Amino acid sequence: MIEFKNIRKSFGQKLVLDGVSHIMENGKTNLIIGTSGSGKTVLQKCLVGLFEPDEGEIIYDGVSFTEMSEDDRKMLRQQIGMLFQGSALFDSMNVEQNIRFPLDMFTKDTKAQKNKRVNEVLERVNLSGSNKKFPSEISGGMKKRVGIARAIVLNPKFLFCDEPNSGLDPQTSMLIDKLIYDITKEFNMTTIINTHDMNSVMEIGDNILYMKEGRKEWTGNSKDIIFSDNKSLNQFIFASEFLKDAKQMRMMESKREQK
Amino acid sequence: MNFLAHFGRYILMLKGMLSKPENGRLYWKEFMKQCVDIGIGSLGIVVIISVFMGAVSTLQTAYQISNPLISKSIISQIVRDTVILEFSPTLVCIVLAGVVGSKIASELGNMRVSEQIDALEIMGINTKSYLIMPKIAAAIITIPLLVMLSMALGIYGGRMTGVFSGIISAETFDRGLLDKFIPYNVTFALMKAYTFAFIISSVPAYYGYHVKGGALEIGKSSTTSVVVSCVTILFADYILAALLL
Repeated sequence: MIEFKNIRKSFGQKLVLDGVSHIMENGKTNLIIGTSGSGKTVLQKCLVGLFEPDEGEIIYDGVSFTEMSEDDRKMLRQQIGMLFQGSALFDSMNVEQNIRFPLDMFTKDTKAQKNKRVNEVLERVNLSGSNKKFPSEISGGMKKRVGIARAIVLNPKFLFCDEPNSGLDPQTSMLIDKLIYDITKEFNMTTIINTHDMNSVMEIGDNILYMKEGRKEWTGNSKDIIFSDNKSLNQFIFASEFLKDAKQMRMMESKREQK
Repeated sequence: MNFLAHFGRYILMLKGMLSKPENGRLYWKEFMKQCVDIGIGSLGIVVIISVFMGAVSTLQTAYQISNPLISKSIISQIVRDTVILEFSPTLVCIVLAGVVGSKIASELGNMRVSEQIDALEIMGINTKSYLIMPKIAAAIITIPLLVMLSMALGIYGGRMTGVFSGIISAETFDRGLLDKFIPYNVTFALMKAYTFAFIISSVPAYYGYHVKGGALEIGKSSTTSVVVSCVTILFADYILAALLL
C-alpha cells in the first residue's frame, strides 16, 4: 500500500501539485487519470522519488519514503518496478539482456537461474522466443511487454506504469491492460497506472484518482465513474458522443441488473 | 544558467559518482566496454593525425631552417620536442574531445531523453556512478596511452618524411632525437594527458547527463560539450605550462 498526504510540488512559480492525498491499495490497479498538464506524471515521479515533493509525505507500507536515507531508498527501489511511457529499454542490450539486467545487478543467482527467470517472465508476457531481438527490431507493443517483463523480474511489491497504452492500437492496448491487471492480482502488487485511456479506466480501474489542475478532484472505481455527477470528470471521461452513449447504455445495464 | 551554477552542478555530479558500486562485476564490465570504445575506437584517428602531424612538423621545420651553419639534427630535436610537449598531448586531445566527447554527451543525452537513466534510478542504481565513472576511468587509462602512441608515431612520421624527401638522413635524425633529450618533457606531457583525459570525459558527461528536451537538445548539448571541453583543454594547457615548465 502506498499512502501520500498533502503532496505539493512547484517548478519555479508554477504550482503543479497542490496538496494531493490518496491511498493506493495493495492488490489493486490504482489509476491516476486527468487531462494533460493535470500533474499525473509529476505525482508519479514524486512517488518513485525521481522528483522530491516540496511538501507532504509518501508512505510505503507504513514506512515514510520522504524521510528515508538514500541507502534505504535504494533498498526500497529494488521492490519497485516501473514501465515507462517510451518503455525505456536499453538500446545496446537485447531483450534477454534488458530483462536480466536487474538480476545481474542485484542478485547472486547463477547464470542458469537467471536464464530460467528471464524465460519465465518472457513467457508470462507472451514473448517467448524473442530473447535475442534488440529493441529496434520489435514493435511498440512488444517493447511495452519487455518493459513489463523487466519491471517484474525481481518480483516487485510496487509496479508503476506511465501511460502504458500510449502509441498502441486498441487491441494491443487491451492486451497490455489485461496483462498488467492479471499480474497485479497474481502477485498481489500495488500497481499505479497513469493513463488517458478510457478503455483502461473502464476495464481495470479498481481505484481511480482523477486529478484536475494539480488537485484531487474525484476518487472511486470504474463502476462509480458511470454514476458520478462530477461535471469535470464527466467532461473528461465522456468527451465524445460515442462515449456518452456508452455511459447511457452502462447505466441502463446497471439499473436492469439491480432490478 | 550562469557559469557558477554549471560549475556547482558539475562538482555535485562528480561527488555523486563516488559511492560503493551496487555490483562490482557489472561496473568492471562497463569500464572495460568504455576502454574499448574510447581506446580502440579512437585508435584510427590518433594514428592518422600523429603520423601527419610529425610529417608536417619535419617539412615546416626544415623549410624554416635554411641556414647551412645550423646542423640538420636540430630538425629532429624540434620535431621531437614539439610533438612531445604540445602536438601529441594537446592536439590529439582536442581531436579526442570531438570524437570521444560528442559520443559521451550524445549517448548520455539519449539515455536521459528516452528515460533510460530514470529506469536505472528506479531500479536503485546510482546512475552517476554506473554511467559516468567508468567513462572517466576509462578515459584516464586509455587517453594517456593514446598520447604516448601518438608521440612515437608523430616522431616516426617526421623521420619517414625527412628521410624519404631527402631533407635529413636517418642517422642524423636519430642522432638529433637523442641529443639534449629531457625525460621530464614526457612526464609533463603525460600530466597534461591525464588532465585532458579527465576534461574530455567529465565535461561531455555533465552536458549529456543533464540534457532536457529532445533530439534537438541532445545535438546542442553535444556541440556545447565539445566547445567547452576544447576551451577548457586550452586553458588547462596554459595553466599547466605556466606551473610546471
